[in-house]
Amino acid sequence: MSALLHVNNISKRFGGFVALDGIELEVQQGERLGLIGPNGSGKSTLVNCICGALQNEDGQVHFDGASINGLAAHERTHRGLARSFQLPRPFHSLNLADNIRVPMLYTVHKRTGPLHADTVDARCVELLSLVGLDKKARQMPRDLTQVEMRKLELARAVAAEPKLLIADESMAGLSHSEIEDILALLIQLNERGITIILIEHIMSAVMKFSQRLAVLVSGKKIADGKPEDVVRNPEVVRAYLGQ
Amino acid sequence: MSTLQFSIVSAVVGAVVYVCGHLFGIGYLFFAGYTILQFVALSSAWNILGGYCGYVNFGSAAFFALGAYTTVFFYKFYPLPIPVLIVIAAVVSGIVGLGMGYLTLRLRGAFFAIATLALAVVLQTLVVNWDYVGGSRGAYIVRSDTITIAGFTIEYIEYLFLLMMIIALIAIGISRAIARTQLGFGFATIRDDELAAEASGVPTLRLKLIATTISGALMGMAGAPFPYYIGYLQPASAFGLEYGVNSIAMPIIGGTTSWVGPLVGAVLLGSLQQLATVTISSAVNLLIVGLLLVLFVVVAPNGLVGLVQERMSMWRKK
Repeated sequence: MSALLHVNNISKRFGGFVALDGIELEVQQGERLGLIGPNGSGKSTLVNCICGALQNEDGQVHFDGASINGLAAHERTHRGLARSFQLPRPFHSLNLADNIRVPMLYTVHKRTGPLHADTVDARCVELLSLVGLDKKARQMPRDLTQVEMRKLELARAVAAEPKLLIADESMAGLSHSEIEDILALLIQLNERGITIILIEHIMSAVMKFSQRLAVLVSGKKIADGKPEDVVRNPEVVRAYLGQ
Repeated sequence: MSTLQFSIVSAVVGAVVYVCGHLFGIGYLFFAGYTILQFVALSSAWNILGGYCGYVNFGSAAFFALGAYTTVFFYKFYPLPIPVLIVIAAVVSGIVGLGMGYLTLRLRGAFFAIATLALAVVLQTLVVNWDYVGGSRGAYIVRSDTITIAGFTIEYIEYLFLLMMIIALIAIGISRAIARTQLGFGFATIRDDELAAEASGVPTLRLKLIATTISGALMGMAGAPFPYYIGYLQPASAFGLEYGVNSIAMPIIGGTTSWVGPLVGAVLLGSLQQLATVTISSAVNLLIVGLLLVLFVVVAPNGLVGLVQERMSMWRKK
C-alpha cells in the first residue's frame, strides 16, 4: 500500500542555516504519527514545507499519490492537507461559525461543487458541537479562552474535510484536563478516518496519542518507530537530556 | 434588506435628490452633489482593497487620473459619449489595477502602500511628458451647456450629476454584493491573517488580484467624467492630493469593515468640505480631513459605523 504522505529527502536552508537536511518520512492512511524534537529542530519548518507555507529546496513531497512540490498552500489544502497552527490564528473579524465556514466555502466547495447554505450551516453547527463550542457560534474569537481557541483552530482545520491533519503544538500552555480534552478530540478525529501528525513537546500526550514516533534533531531525522522503542533510543535520550 | 429592496431604495433616493435640484433650479446643488458622489464612488472603490482586504492603497489619485486621461485621449482621438468613456476607463484602470496587483501584492503593510504611491508618481510623470493628452500644460474639454436625452433637454451639469450618481450606485452595489458573498469572506480572511487564509484553502493571491482590479476599475470610472466637469484638466488637478487623502480618510471615518462606512464617510466629509468651500475657503478642506482623521483614529478607530454598532451592542446588553 502506498503512503498517504511521502516526504522524500527534502532540505530547507535559511541563508547559511540548514533547517532541514534530507528528511525522509512516510505516513500511512489512518495513522497517528507523533513528531517530536527539541526547540529549533526543524519540526515547524517541516510542517511549513509539507503544507506549502515554505517551499523546500531539494527533494519531493508526495501526497495521496501525487507530487505536491511547488503547489501553493491553498492548493495543498484543496487536495486534503490541513493544519492547525502553533499559536492560534483565528479570523478575528469573523465569528466562530464564520471561521468554520471559510474552509467549507473555499475547500469543500472546490472539491465537491457548490454547497447549499443550509448544508454549510448544519456542518458548522456539527463541527462546533464536536469541539464543544456550539453555544458560542455567534461570538467572536477574542471572547474565547486559550483552550477554546485551540479547539476552534482544530475545528477550522477539520472543516476542510482533510485526509491528513497536522496539529502543531495544539496542547502548548494548556492544563492537564485541557490536554486530555484536546487529546480525546484528536483521537476522535482519527477514528473518523483522518490521518494525524501531532507535533508536541508534552511527552505523556505524545505517548498516549502516537502509534508511531519520529524524532527530529538539528534538521535531521534521528529516529522513527514504535513510541516505546524510540524513547529508549540512546540518540534520542542524548538529544533531549544531553551527554 | 434584499438586493431588490436596496436597488429600489437607491433609485428612489437618487431620483428625489435629482428632482429636488431640478425643480428648485439650484445649479450649485448639482456641482456640489457631483463632487460628493464622486467621493462616494472613490471611497467605496478604495474600501474594496483597503478596507475589506487590509491593503492600504495610496495610489487612488493615479486610478482616478487614468479614468480622466482616458477621456482626454478619446476626446482628441475619437470623441465618444461619456457612458462609453466610463466603460473604457473602467477597463483601462482595471487592467492597470491588475498589473499593479501582480507587481506589488507580495508586499504588505507600509511596503505595499509606498509601492502604490510610487505608481501614482510614475503615472503622473508619464502624463506630464505625454503631449498628446496635454502634457504639463493641460487639456481643454469643450462641452455644450445643455444635452438632449430621450427628447428631454437638461443642463449638462445635471447630466454629469446623473452619470456620477449611477457610478456611485454601481460602486456601492458592487461593494455591498462583495461583502455578502464568498468573495467577502475571502477578503476578510486576507485582512485578518493571510497564512491562516491559505491554510483554509483561500487562494489569497487570486483574491487580491480581483480586489485590485475591481477597485482600480471603479476609481477609473469615477475619474472618466471629470474632464467634462472641470473643463480644463491638468496633471496637478487629476493627480491631486485630495483624491488620495479623501479616498482613504472617508472610509476610515465612516468605517472600513462594511459597505456603509465609506458611504457615510464620503457623504459626511464631502458635505462638510462643500460647506467649508462656500463659507470659508476650499483651502481648509484638507485641514478638515486631517483633523477628523486624527480624531476618529483616536476616538473611534472602527469609524462611525463601528461606533454605532458598539453603542447598540452595549445598549442591548443593559
